[in-house]
Amino acid sequence: MRSLRCKIGGHALALLATLLLGGLLSATLVRLAPGFDADEEELDPHLNAQSLQALRDARHKDHNVFRFYISYMRRAAGGDLGTSLALGQPARKLLRDRVPLTLRFLLVGLGLAWILSLALALSSAWLRISAYDTVTTAVSGTFLCIPAAVLALLSVLWNVSGALAIALIVFPHTCRYSRNLLMRTYSRPHIIAARARGLGEGRILFWHVVPVVAPQLLALAGVSVSMAVGAAIPVEALCGLPGIGQLAWQAALARDLPLLVNITILVTLVTLLANSSADVIGHMVQRQRA
Amino acid sequence: MSLWQKLPYVVLALVLAASLAANWLAPAGYARQYREATDAPPSHAHWLGTDELGRDRFSRVLYGTRISLLLAPAAALLSTLLAALIGGLAGYLGGMWARMAMAVTDLFLSLPWLFLLITARALMPLNVSPLVSVMVTFLLLGFLGWTTAARVLCASAGTLRTADFVRQARAAGLPGLRLFWVHVVPNLKPVLYAQFWISIPVFILSEANLGILGLGVAEPMPSWGSLLKELEGLVSVGEEPWKFVPLILLVVVVTSFQSLLSRQEEVAA
Repeated sequence: MRSLRCKIGGHALALLATLLLGGLLSATLVRLAPGFDADEEELDPHLNAQSLQALRDARHKDHNVFRFYISYMRRAAGGDLGTSLALGQPARKLLRDRVPLTLRFLLVGLGLAWILSLALALSSAWLRISAYDTVTTAVSGTFLCIPAAVLALLSVLWNVSGALAIALIVFPHTCRYSRNLLMRTYSRPHIIAARARGLGEGRILFWHVVPVVAPQLLALAGVSVSMAVGAAIPVEALCGLPGIGQLAWQAALARDLPLLVNITILVTLVTLLANSSADVIGHMVQRQRA
Repeated sequence: MSLWQKLPYVVLALVLAASLAANWLAPAGYARQYREATDAPPSHAHWLGTDELGRDRFSRVLYGTRISLLLAPAAALLSTLLAALIGGLAGYLGGMWARMAMAVTDLFLSLPWLFLLITARALMPLNVSPLVSVMVTFLLLGFLGWTTAARVLCASAGTLRTADFVRQARAAGLPGLRLFWVHVVPNLKPVLYAQFWISIPVFILSEANLGILGLGVAEPMPSWGSLLKELEGLVSVGEEPWKFVPLILLVVVVTSFQSLLSRQEEVAA
Protein backbone atom coordinates (compact mmCIF):
# COMPACT_ATOMS: atom_id res chain seq x y z
CA MET A 1 0.00 0.00 0.00
CA ARG A 2 2.87 2.32 0.86
CA SER A 3 4.62 1.66 -2.44
CA LEU A 4 1.38 2.46 -4.28
CA ARG A 5 1.05 5.74 -2.39
CA CYS A 6 4.69 6.54 -3.21
CA LYS A 7 4.03 5.78 -6.88
CA ILE A 8 0.96 8.04 -6.99
CA GLY A 9 2.89 10.78 -5.16
CA GLY A 10 5.80 10.42 -7.56
CA HIS A 11 3.50 10.68 -10.56
CA ALA A 12 1.76 13.74 -9.09
CA LEU A 13 5.14 15.44 -8.53
CA ALA A 14 6.33 14.54 -12.02
CA LEU A 15 3.04 15.86 -13.43
CA LEU A 16 3.41 19.16 -11.59
CA ALA A 17 7.08 19.53 -12.55
CA THR A 18 6.34 18.77 -16.22
CA LEU A 19 3.45 21.23 -16.25
CA LEU A 20 5.54 23.99 -14.69
CA LEU A 21 8.46 23.28 -17.01
CA GLY A 22 6.14 22.98 -20.02
CA GLY A 23 4.44 26.24 -19.07
CA LEU A 24 7.82 27.98 -18.80
CA LEU A 25 8.90 26.57 -22.17
CA SER A 26 5.64 27.66 -23.81
CA ALA A 27 5.82 31.13 -22.25
CA THR A 28 9.44 31.48 -23.42
CA LEU A 29 8.48 30.48 -26.95
CA VAL A 30 5.61 32.98 -26.98
CA ARG A 31 7.90 35.69 -25.63
CA LEU A 32 10.62 35.00 -28.20
CA ALA A 33 8.38 34.39 -31.23
CA PRO A 34 8.53 37.06 -33.95
CA GLY A 35 5.82 39.69 -33.61
CA PHE A 36 5.41 39.28 -29.82
CA ASP A 37 5.81 42.99 -29.06
CA ALA A 38 3.67 44.22 -31.95
CA ASP A 39 0.38 45.88 -31.04
CA GLU A 40 -2.20 47.01 -33.60
CA GLU A 41 -3.42 49.67 -31.16
CA GLU A 42 -0.21 51.60 -31.78
CA LEU A 43 -1.27 52.13 -35.40
CA ASP A 44 -4.25 54.23 -34.31
CA PRO A 45 -3.57 57.75 -35.72
CA HIS A 46 -5.67 59.32 -32.93
CA LEU A 47 -3.16 58.36 -30.24
CA ASN A 48 -0.64 60.98 -29.17
CA ALA A 49 2.96 60.34 -28.06
CA GLN A 50 1.99 60.07 -24.37
CA SER A 51 -0.71 57.49 -25.05
CA LEU A 52 1.71 55.46 -27.17
CA GLN A 53 4.28 55.60 -24.39
CA ALA A 54 1.63 54.48 -21.87
CA LEU A 55 0.77 51.48 -24.08
CA ARG A 56 4.46 50.54 -24.36
CA ASP A 57 4.95 50.90 -20.61
CA ALA A 58 1.98 48.62 -19.98
CA ARG A 59 3.63 45.91 -22.09
CA HIS A 60 7.10 46.54 -20.71
CA LYS A 61 6.68 44.14 -17.77
CA ASP A 62 6.15 41.29 -20.25
CA HIS A 63 9.64 41.76 -21.74
CA ASN A 64 11.30 39.66 -19.05
CA VAL A 65 10.51 35.98 -19.71
CA PHE A 66 10.30 35.01 -16.04
CA ARG A 67 8.09 37.96 -15.10
CA PHE A 68 5.92 37.20 -18.11
CA TYR A 69 5.69 33.54 -17.03
CA ILE A 70 4.89 34.37 -13.41
CA SER A 71 2.19 36.86 -14.40
CA TYR A 72 0.77 34.27 -16.82
CA MET A 73 0.70 31.56 -14.13
CA ARG A 74 -0.84 33.96 -11.60
CA ARG A 75 -3.60 34.86 -14.05
CA ALA A 76 -4.07 31.19 -14.98
CA ALA A 77 -4.43 30.26 -11.30
CA GLY A 78 -7.20 32.83 -11.06
CA GLY A 79 -8.95 31.29 -14.07
CA ASP A 80 -7.87 33.93 -16.60
CA LEU A 81 -6.22 32.11 -19.49
CA GLY A 82 -5.93 35.20 -21.66
CA THR A 83 -7.68 36.13 -24.90
CA SER A 84 -7.31 34.52 -28.29
CA LEU A 85 -5.69 36.98 -30.70
CA ALA A 86 -7.32 35.48 -33.78
CA LEU A 87 -10.82 34.79 -32.46
CA GLY A 88 -11.01 37.70 -29.99
CA GLN A 89 -12.64 35.50 -27.32
CA PRO A 90 -11.42 34.41 -23.88
CA ALA A 91 -9.29 31.26 -24.21
CA ARG A 92 -11.12 29.71 -21.23
CA LYS A 93 -14.49 29.99 -22.98
CA LEU A 94 -13.09 28.59 -26.23
CA LEU A 95 -11.60 25.60 -24.44
CA ARG A 96 -14.73 24.99 -22.33
CA ASP A 97 -16.95 25.01 -25.43
CA ARG A 98 -14.77 22.62 -27.38
CA VAL A 99 -13.54 20.11 -24.84
CA PRO A 100 -16.79 18.03 -24.63
CA LEU A 101 -16.87 17.32 -28.38
CA THR A 102 -13.21 16.29 -28.50
CA LEU A 103 -13.62 14.11 -25.42
CA ARG A 104 -16.62 12.36 -26.98
CA PHE A 105 -14.73 11.72 -30.23
CA LEU A 106 -11.63 10.52 -28.40
CA LEU A 107 -13.62 8.12 -26.22
CA VAL A 108 -15.57 6.63 -29.13
CA GLY A 109 -12.47 6.52 -31.36
CA LEU A 110 -10.31 4.89 -28.70
CA GLY A 111 -13.06 2.41 -27.83
CA LEU A 112 -13.43 1.38 -31.48
CA ALA A 113 -9.64 1.17 -31.95
CA TRP A 114 -9.22 -1.09 -28.94
CA ILE A 115 -12.17 -3.34 -29.83
CA LEU A 116 -10.77 -3.77 -33.35
CA SER A 117 -7.18 -4.27 -32.13
CA LEU A 118 -8.02 -6.82 -29.46
CA ALA A 119 -10.40 -8.68 -31.76
CA LEU A 120 -7.74 -9.03 -34.46
CA ALA A 121 -4.88 -9.72 -32.04
CA LEU A 122 -6.83 -12.32 -30.05
CA SER A 123 -8.18 -14.06 -33.13
CA SER A 124 -4.61 -14.26 -34.52
CA ALA A 125 -3.32 -15.71 -31.26
CA TRP A 126 -6.21 -18.20 -30.95
CA LEU A 127 -6.45 -19.37 -34.54
CA ARG A 128 -2.68 -19.52 -35.21
CA ILE A 129 -3.37 -19.76 -38.96
CA SER A 130 -0.46 -18.29 -40.85
CA ALA A 131 -2.59 -16.91 -43.73
CA TYR A 132 -5.02 -15.20 -41.33
CA ASP A 133 -2.14 -13.71 -39.36
CA THR A 134 -0.57 -12.41 -42.58
CA VAL A 135 -3.85 -10.77 -43.60
CA THR A 136 -4.38 -9.07 -40.22
CA THR A 137 -0.75 -7.89 -40.17
CA ALA A 138 -1.11 -6.58 -43.73
CA VAL A 139 -4.34 -4.72 -42.85
CA SER A 140 -2.84 -3.02 -39.80
CA GLY A 141 0.42 -2.41 -41.70
CA THR A 142 -1.43 -0.68 -44.55
CA PHE A 143 -3.26 1.66 -42.19
CA LEU A 144 0.07 2.39 -40.51
CA CYS A 145 1.40 3.66 -43.86
CA ILE A 146 -1.47 6.07 -44.57
CA PRO A 147 -1.05 9.62 -43.21
CA ALA A 148 -3.57 10.49 -40.49
CA ALA A 149 -4.73 13.51 -42.49
CA VAL A 150 -5.53 11.31 -45.52
CA LEU A 151 -7.65 9.01 -43.35
CA ALA A 152 -9.47 12.11 -42.11
CA LEU A 153 -10.06 13.25 -45.71
CA LEU A 154 -11.30 9.79 -46.69
CA SER A 155 -13.73 9.79 -43.77
CA VAL A 156 -15.18 13.03 -45.17
CA LEU A 157 -15.36 11.53 -48.68
CA TRP A 158 -17.12 8.38 -47.44
CA ASN A 159 -19.27 10.39 -45.06
CA VAL A 160 -18.33 8.37 -41.98
CA SER A 161 -17.85 9.65 -38.44
CA GLY A 162 -14.61 11.35 -37.43
CA ALA A 163 -14.44 8.94 -34.49
CA LEU A 164 -13.95 6.09 -36.97
CA ALA A 165 -11.05 8.01 -38.53
CA ILE A 166 -9.47 8.38 -35.07
CA ALA A 167 -9.99 4.64 -34.51
CA LEU A 168 -8.33 3.78 -37.83
CA ILE A 169 -5.36 6.02 -37.02
CA VAL A 170 -4.81 4.52 -33.56
CA PHE A 171 -5.74 0.89 -34.30
CA PRO A 172 -2.65 -0.16 -36.36
CA HIS A 173 -0.31 0.86 -33.53
CA THR A 174 -2.30 -0.86 -30.77
CA CYS A 175 -3.09 -3.90 -32.92
CA ARG A 176 0.56 -4.61 -33.79
CA TYR A 177 1.76 -4.34 -30.22
CA SER A 178 -1.17 -6.32 -28.75
CA ARG A 179 -0.75 -9.03 -31.38
CA ASN A 180 2.98 -9.44 -30.67
CA LEU A 181 2.34 -9.42 -26.92
CA LEU A 182 -0.46 -11.99 -27.08
CA MET A 183 1.45 -14.21 -29.50
CA ARG A 184 4.45 -14.20 -27.18
CA THR A 185 2.30 -14.92 -24.13
CA TYR A 186 0.38 -17.73 -25.85
CA SER A 187 3.67 -19.43 -26.74
CA ARG A 188 4.77 -19.57 -23.06
CA PRO A 189 5.26 -23.10 -21.70
CA HIS A 190 2.58 -22.86 -19.01
CA ILE A 191 -0.07 -21.80 -21.56
CA ILE A 192 0.93 -24.62 -23.92
CA ALA A 193 0.71 -27.03 -20.98
CA ALA A 194 -2.73 -25.66 -20.02
CA ARG A 195 -3.93 -26.13 -23.59
CA ALA A 196 -2.54 -29.66 -23.68
CA ARG A 197 -4.49 -30.44 -20.50
CA GLY A 198 -7.67 -29.40 -22.29
CA LEU A 199 -8.41 -26.12 -20.48
CA GLY A 200 -11.01 -23.97 -22.26
CA GLU A 201 -9.82 -20.95 -24.26
CA GLY A 202 -11.86 -18.59 -22.07
CA ARG A 203 -10.32 -19.91 -18.89
CA ILE A 204 -6.80 -19.73 -20.35
CA LEU A 205 -7.42 -16.16 -21.51
CA PHE A 206 -8.81 -14.79 -18.25
CA TRP A 207 -6.75 -16.86 -15.79
CA HIS A 208 -3.37 -17.14 -17.48
CA VAL A 209 -3.04 -14.60 -20.28
CA VAL A 210 -4.81 -11.43 -19.07
CA PRO A 211 -2.87 -11.18 -15.75
CA VAL A 212 0.42 -11.43 -17.67
CA VAL A 213 -0.36 -8.94 -20.43
CA ALA A 214 -2.53 -6.49 -18.43
CA PRO A 215 0.26 -4.14 -17.20
CA GLN A 216 1.74 -3.81 -20.69
CA LEU A 217 -1.65 -3.38 -22.36
CA LEU A 218 -2.54 -0.73 -19.77
CA ALA A 219 0.69 1.13 -20.55
CA LEU A 220 -0.21 0.93 -24.24
CA ALA A 221 -3.68 2.25 -23.41
CA GLY A 222 -2.04 5.30 -21.83
CA VAL A 223 0.10 5.86 -24.91
CA SER A 224 -2.90 5.38 -27.20
CA VAL A 225 -4.58 8.40 -25.56
CA SER A 226 -1.63 10.51 -26.70
CA MET A 227 -1.94 9.04 -30.22
CA ALA A 228 -5.66 9.79 -30.29
CA VAL A 229 -5.13 13.40 -29.17
CA GLY A 230 -2.59 13.81 -31.97
CA ALA A 231 -5.01 12.24 -34.45
CA ALA A 232 -7.78 14.60 -33.34
CA ILE A 233 -5.98 17.56 -34.98
CA PRO A 234 -6.21 16.44 -38.64
CA VAL A 235 -9.55 14.72 -38.09
CA GLU A 236 -11.27 17.74 -36.52
CA ALA A 237 -9.53 20.22 -38.84
CA LEU A 238 -10.41 18.39 -42.06
CA CYS A 239 -13.83 17.06 -41.01
CA GLY A 240 -14.94 20.50 -39.80
CA LEU A 241 -15.54 19.36 -36.22
CA PRO A 242 -15.36 22.26 -33.74
CA GLY A 243 -13.17 20.60 -31.10
CA ILE A 244 -9.79 21.22 -29.49
CA GLY A 245 -7.92 19.74 -32.48
CA GLN A 246 -9.55 22.21 -34.86
CA LEU A 247 -8.87 25.04 -32.41
CA ALA A 248 -5.17 24.06 -32.25
CA TRP A 249 -4.99 24.01 -36.05
CA GLN A 250 -6.69 27.41 -36.35
CA ALA A 251 -4.39 28.83 -33.67
CA ALA A 252 -1.35 27.44 -35.51
CA LEU A 253 -2.43 28.89 -38.87
CA ALA A 254 -3.22 32.28 -37.32
CA ARG A 255 -0.09 32.15 -35.09
CA ASP A 256 -2.39 32.75 -32.13
CA LEU A 257 0.33 31.96 -29.58
CA PRO A 258 -1.52 32.73 -26.31
CA LEU A 259 -4.25 30.27 -27.30
CA LEU A 260 -1.69 27.74 -28.49
CA VAL A 261 0.10 27.84 -25.11
CA ASN A 262 -3.15 27.06 -23.29
CA ILE A 263 -3.96 24.20 -25.65
CA THR A 264 -0.40 22.85 -25.24
CA ILE A 265 -0.73 22.83 -21.46
CA LEU A 266 -4.17 21.19 -21.65
CA VAL A 267 -2.94 18.48 -24.03
CA THR A 268 0.16 17.86 -21.88
CA LEU A 269 -2.06 17.51 -18.82
CA VAL A 270 -4.40 15.04 -20.54
CA THR A 271 -1.61 12.84 -21.90
CA LEU A 272 0.35 12.87 -18.64
CA LEU A 273 -2.77 12.03 -16.64
CA ALA A 274 -3.58 9.17 -19.00
CA ASN A 275 -0.05 7.76 -18.83
CA SER A 276 0.19 8.15 -15.04
CA SER A 277 -3.22 6.52 -14.49
CA ALA A 278 -2.23 3.62 -16.74
CA ASP A 279 1.01 3.19 -14.83
CA VAL A 280 -0.69 3.27 -11.41
CA ILE A 281 -3.43 0.82 -12.47
CA GLY A 282 -0.77 -1.45 -14.01
CA HIS A 283 1.15 -1.34 -10.73
CA MET A 284 -2.02 -2.27 -8.81
CA VAL A 285 -2.67 -5.20 -11.16
CA GLN A 286 0.89 -6.44 -10.72
CA ARG A 287 0.62 -6.18 -6.93
CA GLN A 288 -2.65 -8.10 -6.94
CA ARG A 289 -1.06 -10.80 -9.08
CA ALA A 290 1.95 -11.04 -6.78
CA MET B 1 17.23 -13.62 -50.00
CA SER B 2 13.95 -14.50 -51.71
CA LEU B 3 12.32 -12.41 -54.44
CA TRP B 4 9.65 -11.30 -51.96
CA GLN B 5 12.33 -10.01 -49.58
CA LYS B 6 14.13 -8.19 -52.41
CA LEU B 7 10.95 -6.42 -53.52
CA PRO B 8 11.14 -3.45 -51.06
CA TYR B 9 14.75 -2.74 -52.14
CA VAL B 10 13.75 -2.85 -55.81
CA VAL B 11 10.71 -0.61 -55.25
CA LEU B 12 12.70 1.96 -53.28
CA ALA B 13 15.55 1.94 -55.82
CA LEU B 14 13.12 2.43 -58.72
CA VAL B 15 11.19 5.25 -57.04
CA LEU B 16 14.38 7.00 -55.95
CA ALA B 17 15.95 6.62 -59.42
CA ALA B 18 12.81 7.98 -61.11
CA SER B 19 12.66 10.96 -58.75
CA LEU B 20 16.36 11.72 -59.20
CA ALA B 21 15.89 11.62 -62.96
CA ALA B 22 12.91 14.00 -62.75
CA ASN B 23 14.77 16.64 -64.80
CA TRP B 24 14.83 14.22 -67.75
CA LEU B 25 11.67 12.17 -67.16
CA ALA B 26 9.26 14.99 -66.34
CA PRO B 27 7.59 16.52 -69.39
CA ALA B 28 7.58 19.96 -67.74
CA GLY B 29 8.89 21.86 -64.72
CA TYR B 30 6.89 21.48 -61.50
CA ALA B 31 5.69 25.11 -61.66
CA ARG B 32 4.97 25.38 -65.39
CA GLN B 33 1.32 26.16 -66.06
CA TYR B 34 -0.77 24.98 -69.03
CA ARG B 35 -3.48 27.60 -68.66
CA GLU B 36 -5.54 26.16 -71.51
CA ALA B 37 -5.74 22.78 -69.74
CA THR B 38 -6.55 23.33 -66.07
CA ASP B 39 -7.81 20.35 -64.04
CA ALA B 40 -7.49 18.17 -67.15
CA PRO B 41 -7.90 14.37 -67.02
CA PRO B 42 -4.99 12.09 -68.01
CA SER B 43 -4.00 12.37 -71.66
CA HIS B 44 -1.05 11.63 -73.93
CA ALA B 45 0.45 15.05 -73.08
CA HIS B 46 -0.26 14.86 -69.35
CA TRP B 47 -0.10 11.26 -68.09
CA LEU B 48 -1.71 12.06 -64.74
CA GLY B 49 -3.66 15.10 -65.92
CA THR B 50 -3.14 18.61 -64.60
CA ASP B 51 -4.03 20.29 -61.31
CA GLU B 52 -6.41 23.23 -60.92
CA LEU B 53 -3.61 25.65 -61.83
CA GLY B 54 -2.85 23.72 -65.01
CA ARG B 55 0.43 22.18 -63.80
CA ASP B 56 1.41 18.72 -65.05
CA ARG B 57 0.65 16.31 -62.19
CA PHE B 58 3.12 13.63 -63.30
CA SER B 59 5.99 16.16 -63.22
CA ARG B 60 4.90 17.40 -59.81
CA VAL B 61 4.74 13.84 -58.46
CA LEU B 62 8.31 13.18 -59.68
CA TYR B 63 9.71 16.39 -58.20
CA GLY B 64 7.66 16.03 -55.02
CA THR B 65 8.92 12.48 -54.54
CA ARG B 66 12.49 13.76 -54.88
CA ILE B 67 11.97 16.38 -52.17
CA SER B 68 10.27 13.99 -49.75
CA LEU B 69 12.61 11.06 -50.39
CA LEU B 70 15.82 13.06 -50.11
CA LEU B 71 14.95 15.33 -47.23
CA ALA B 72 13.24 12.76 -44.97
CA PRO B 73 16.52 10.77 -44.68
CA ALA B 74 18.39 14.06 -44.14
CA ALA B 75 16.03 14.93 -41.28
CA ALA B 76 16.36 11.37 -39.94
CA LEU B 77 20.16 11.74 -39.99
CA LEU B 78 19.94 15.02 -38.08
CA SER B 79 17.58 13.58 -35.46
CA THR B 80 19.73 10.45 -35.06
CA LEU B 81 22.86 12.57 -34.56
CA LEU B 82 21.07 14.71 -31.99
CA ALA B 83 19.81 11.57 -30.24
CA ALA B 84 23.34 10.15 -30.19
CA LEU B 85 24.72 13.37 -28.78
CA ILE B 86 22.02 13.96 -26.16
CA GLY B 87 20.89 10.43 -25.31
CA GLY B 88 24.24 8.71 -25.85
CA LEU B 89 26.25 11.26 -23.91
CA ALA B 90 23.67 11.43 -21.09
CA GLY B 91 23.61 7.63 -20.79
CA TYR B 92 27.40 7.50 -20.83
CA LEU B 93 27.76 10.19 -18.16
CA GLY B 94 24.88 8.73 -16.11
CA GLY B 95 23.61 10.14 -12.78
CA MET B 96 22.28 13.67 -12.80
CA TRP B 97 23.02 14.20 -16.53
CA ALA B 98 21.00 11.15 -17.54
CA ARG B 99 18.10 12.18 -15.28
CA MET B 100 18.10 15.73 -16.68
CA ALA B 101 18.26 14.56 -20.30
CA MET B 102 15.46 12.07 -19.71
CA ALA B 103 13.31 14.72 -17.99
CA VAL B 104 13.60 16.93 -21.10
CA THR B 105 12.89 13.89 -23.29
CA ASP B 106 9.80 13.05 -21.22
CA LEU B 107 8.60 16.63 -21.58
CA PHE B 108 8.82 16.36 -25.37
CA LEU B 109 7.29 12.88 -25.38
CA SER B 110 4.34 13.98 -23.25
CA LEU B 111 3.05 15.94 -26.22
CA PRO B 112 1.54 14.08 -29.17
CA TRP B 113 4.01 14.18 -32.10
CA LEU B 114 1.69 15.89 -34.59
CA PHE B 115 0.61 18.44 -32.01
CA LEU B 116 4.23 19.24 -31.16
CA LEU B 117 5.04 19.67 -34.86
CA ILE B 118 2.10 21.97 -35.49
CA THR B 119 2.86 24.08 -32.43
CA ALA B 120 6.54 24.41 -33.32
CA ARG B 121 5.72 25.13 -36.98
CA ALA B 122 3.30 27.86 -35.89
CA LEU B 123 6.12 29.61 -34.04
CA MET B 124 8.05 30.00 -37.31
CA PRO B 125 6.96 32.46 -39.97
CA LEU B 126 4.46 30.88 -42.39
CA ASN B 127 4.77 33.34 -45.30
CA VAL B 128 8.30 32.36 -46.35
CA SER B 129 9.75 31.42 -49.74
CA PRO B 130 9.11 27.83 -50.92
CA LEU B 131 12.76 26.86 -50.48
CA VAL B 132 12.84 28.20 -46.92
CA SER B 133 9.57 26.38 -46.15
CA VAL B 134 11.15 23.09 -47.32
CA MET B 135 14.17 23.69 -45.08
CA VAL B 136 12.01 24.78 -42.11
CA THR B 137 9.72 21.74 -42.42
CA PHE B 138 12.45 19.13 -42.57
CA LEU B 139 14.75 20.86 -40.05
CA LEU B 140 11.81 20.95 -37.66
CA LEU B 141 11.31 17.21 -38.13
CA GLY B 142 15.00 16.63 -37.49
CA PHE B 143 15.18 18.87 -34.43
CA LEU B 144 12.01 17.51 -32.81
CA GLY B 145 12.27 13.84 -33.76
CA TRP B 146 15.28 12.90 -31.62
CA THR B 147 13.42 12.18 -28.37
CA THR B 148 12.36 8.54 -28.81
CA ALA B 149 15.76 7.62 -30.21
CA ALA B 150 17.49 9.49 -27.35
CA ARG B 151 15.64 7.36 -24.80
CA VAL B 152 16.80 4.12 -26.45
CA LEU B 153 20.36 5.42 -26.86
CA CYS B 154 20.52 6.63 -23.27
CA ALA B 155 19.59 3.14 -22.06
CA SER B 156 22.12 1.48 -24.42
CA ALA B 157 24.93 3.89 -23.48
CA GLY B 158 24.08 3.39 -19.79
CA THR B 159 24.65 -0.35 -20.23
CA LEU B 160 27.95 0.27 -22.03
CA ARG B 161 29.15 2.64 -19.27
CA THR B 162 29.51 -0.29 -16.90
CA ALA B 163 30.84 -2.72 -19.53
CA ASP B 164 34.22 -4.32 -18.79
CA PHE B 165 36.03 -2.94 -21.82
CA VAL B 166 34.93 0.64 -20.98
CA ARG B 167 36.06 0.22 -17.38
CA GLN B 168 39.37 -1.15 -18.60
CA ALA B 169 39.84 1.79 -20.99
CA ARG B 170 38.98 4.22 -18.22
CA ALA B 171 41.42 2.51 -15.87
CA ALA B 172 44.10 2.76 -18.59
CA GLY B 173 43.69 6.54 -18.42
CA LEU B 174 41.77 7.26 -21.64
CA PRO B 175 40.14 10.71 -21.40
CA GLY B 176 36.32 10.68 -21.03
CA LEU B 177 35.37 12.28 -24.35
CA ARG B 178 37.84 10.20 -26.35
CA LEU B 179 36.56 7.07 -24.62
CA PHE B 180 33.02 8.05 -25.63
CA TRP B 181 33.88 8.58 -29.32
CA VAL B 182 36.33 5.68 -29.69
CA HIS B 183 34.65 2.97 -27.62
CA VAL B 184 31.05 3.87 -26.82
CA VAL B 185 29.77 5.41 -30.08
CA PRO B 186 30.97 2.52 -32.32
CA ASN B 187 29.08 0.11 -30.06
CA LEU B 188 25.94 2.23 -30.40
CA LYS B 189 26.06 1.96 -34.21
CA PRO B 190 23.45 -0.84 -34.56
CA VAL B 191 20.98 1.17 -32.43
CA LEU B 192 21.80 4.33 -34.40
CA TYR B 193 21.22 2.57 -37.75
CA ALA B 194 17.91 1.15 -36.51
CA GLN B 195 16.75 4.55 -35.24
CA PHE B 196 17.76 6.20 -38.53
CA TRP B 197 15.71 3.73 -40.61
CA ILE B 198 12.74 3.92 -38.22
CA SER B 199 12.70 7.73 -38.46
CA ILE B 200 12.50 7.92 -42.28
CA PRO B 201 8.92 6.60 -42.75
CA VAL B 202 7.81 8.54 -39.65
CA PHE B 203 9.15 11.78 -41.13
CA ILE B 204 7.67 11.07 -44.58
CA LEU B 205 4.24 10.61 -42.99
CA SER B 206 4.69 13.67 -40.75
CA GLU B 207 5.59 15.89 -43.72
CA ALA B 208 2.52 14.57 -45.54
CA ASN B 209 0.30 15.42 -42.55
CA LEU B 210 1.78 18.90 -42.21
CA GLY B 211 1.40 19.49 -45.96
CA ILE B 212 -2.27 18.50 -45.97
CA LEU B 213 -2.92 20.81 -43.01
CA GLY B 214 -1.27 23.70 -44.89
CA LEU B 215 1.73 23.91 -42.56
CA GLY B 216 4.28 22.11 -44.73
CA VAL B 217 6.15 22.92 -47.93
CA ALA B 218 4.88 26.12 -49.57
CA GLU B 219 3.57 26.39 -53.15
CA PRO B 220 4.68 26.05 -55.91
CA MET B 221 7.28 23.60 -54.54
CA PRO B 222 5.75 20.10 -54.61
CA SER B 223 6.09 17.48 -51.87
CA TRP B 224 3.94 14.49 -51.02
CA GLY B 225 2.13 16.61 -48.43
CA SER B 226 1.24 19.41 -50.84
CA LEU B 227 0.30 16.88 -53.56
CA LEU B 228 -2.06 15.07 -51.17
CA LYS B 229 -3.73 18.37 -50.30
CA GLU B 230 -5.47 18.02 -53.68
CA LEU B 231 -7.61 15.21 -52.22
CA GLU B 232 -9.39 17.84 -50.13
CA GLY B 233 -11.32 19.02 -53.18
CA LEU B 234 -12.60 15.57 -54.19
CA VAL B 235 -16.32 14.89 -54.11
CA SER B 236 -16.12 11.10 -54.47
CA VAL B 237 -13.36 8.49 -54.58
CA GLY B 238 -14.20 7.18 -58.05
CA GLU B 239 -14.54 10.61 -59.63
CA GLU B 240 -10.87 11.32 -60.40
CA PRO B 241 -8.89 8.23 -59.37
CA TRP B 242 -5.63 9.56 -60.86
CA LYS B 243 -5.48 12.08 -58.03
CA PHE B 244 -4.76 9.15 -55.72
CA VAL B 245 -1.44 8.36 -57.43
CA PRO B 246 0.67 10.37 -54.93
CA LEU B 247 -1.11 8.58 -52.06
CA ILE B 248 -0.51 5.15 -53.60
CA LEU B 249 3.15 6.03 -54.19
CA LEU B 250 3.53 7.23 -50.59
CA VAL B 251 1.89 4.08 -49.20
CA VAL B 252 4.11 1.86 -51.39
CA VAL B 253 7.29 3.68 -50.31
CA VAL B 254 6.41 3.72 -46.61
CA THR B 255 5.37 0.03 -46.79
CA SER B 256 8.75 -0.75 -48.39
CA PHE B 257 10.55 1.03 -45.56
CA GLN B 258 8.45 -0.85 -42.99
CA SER B 259 9.22 -4.17 -44.72
CA LEU B 260 12.94 -3.38 -44.62
CA LEU B 261 12.64 -2.63 -40.90
CA SER B 262 10.77 -5.88 -40.25
CA ARG B 263 13.44 -7.76 -42.20
CA GLN B 264 16.21 -6.10 -40.15
CA GLU B 265 14.35 -6.98 -36.94
CA GLU B 266 14.10 -10.61 -38.08
CA VAL B 267 17.82 -10.69 -38.90
CA ALA B 268 18.69 -9.10 -35.54
CA ALA B 269 16.48 -11.60 -33.69
